[in-house]
Amino acid sequence: MAEVIWGLATSHVPSIGAAMDHEKTQDPYWKPLFDGYAPAREWMARHTPDVAVVVYNDHANAVDMSVTPAFALGTAESYRVADEGWGSRPVPAVTGAPEFSDHLVKSLIDASFDLTVYQELDVDHGLTVPLSVYCPDPGERWPCAVVPLLVNVIQYPQPTAARCLALGRALGEAIRSFPEDLKVAVFGTGGMSHQLAGARAGLINQDFDRMFLDAIEHDPEKLAALTREEYIREAGSEGIELIMWLIMRGALGPRIRRVYESYHVPASNTAAGMVLFENLSR
Amino acid sequence: MSSTTPRVPGTYVFDAAENRRGRALNRLCGSLKDAENRERFKADEAAYCEEYGLTAEQRDAVLRRDWNRMMELGGSIFYVFKLAMVDQKSMQYLGGVFTGMTTEEFAQALKAGGRNFG
Repeated sequence: MAEVIWGLATSHVPSIGAAMDHEKTQDPYWKPLFDGYAPAREWMARHTPDVAVVVYNDHANAVDMSVTPAFALGTAESYRVADEGWGSRPVPAVTGAPEFSDHLVKSLIDASFDLTVYQELDVDHGLTVPLSVYCPDPGERWPCAVVPLLVNVIQYPQPTAARCLALGRALGEAIRSFPEDLKVAVFGTGGMSHQLAGARAGLINQDFDRMFLDAIEHDPEKLAALTREEYIREAGSEGIELIMWLIMRGALGPRIRRVYESYHVPASNTAAGMVLFENLSR
Repeated sequence: MSSTTPRVPGTYVFDAAENRRGRALNRLCGSLKDAENRERFKADEAAYCEEYGLTAEQRDAVLRRDWNRMMELGGSIFYVFKLAMVDQKSMQYLGGVFTGMTTEEFAQALKAGGRNFG
């Protein structure tokens, strides 16, 4: 049977990808961030999954805002790297896991999570930057196949945080019911606190972020109880991306071990957080 | 009862109504992902705005690069940023414009730990 071996929560700021693509990771501005990633990367490199389910949002790149699915899952054999207007990132195309995706769609819709299904999808920085956080030098191909799980976080009403945690739990069950012996990692991406526009642009709320980093491990129910207004007010209009971390957390079992965490301000306009959990309740 | 769109001071909360209001503006900005469209836009910005059916206010905001006004007229930051990229402006530049700071001041505020609203 398939099992969830670890979960990674990480910001997906485009400039983190750009710093890697343009070899700026040793610049004084970026070095502390990338130094913070190093131990987690070493651990993940020793625990390679067969498939990663990457929970992320598109940023008006591949998903036109004429349609706004609340939750969506990719079922394609491969996903192209989106051109966001400055050329595609120089990273490998993403290989899908179509049979596993089909199983997840059936299981989740059977469990009353009515997902939109993408048979074709280009993936933007929301997905590729977390893959680069995991694996900085993939060479010709990423070390694992990928299932994209999209969440609407950019148009109100976003799904509630409670619904995200519940989806994560159903996702965990769906993964564990897949009959093949797959090792699966789940990525929750986005955040931490940041706001790009308005008079509060540049908002960072370190107290909220620290609270979130602790509670995502010990008390996800507390985070699931926060309203969308509270996320927007406390973490900023884009900080509500943090609800996607709850999907990752839900997919892990109750017993987890914090392998490593890092928190750094700023990555351009954003507080960059990363936390890696080993799943002990497989 | 359904929820209402949160109102948070100093914050644009983009919802379906804003999406509808900003649709033409956002479609135009989104089209600028393609190099060919960028060239056509640069050749005649007003005609390009006409083609996308912008309101007069949206058109003027685009032509004047009035970034605050674009946001007030239904712009989504993820689309509006595509136009900024045509001008080779960064998100930190926009952050400065939104907050009345220079790009350097805005970047410095982030480096100092970000802007705190208690």
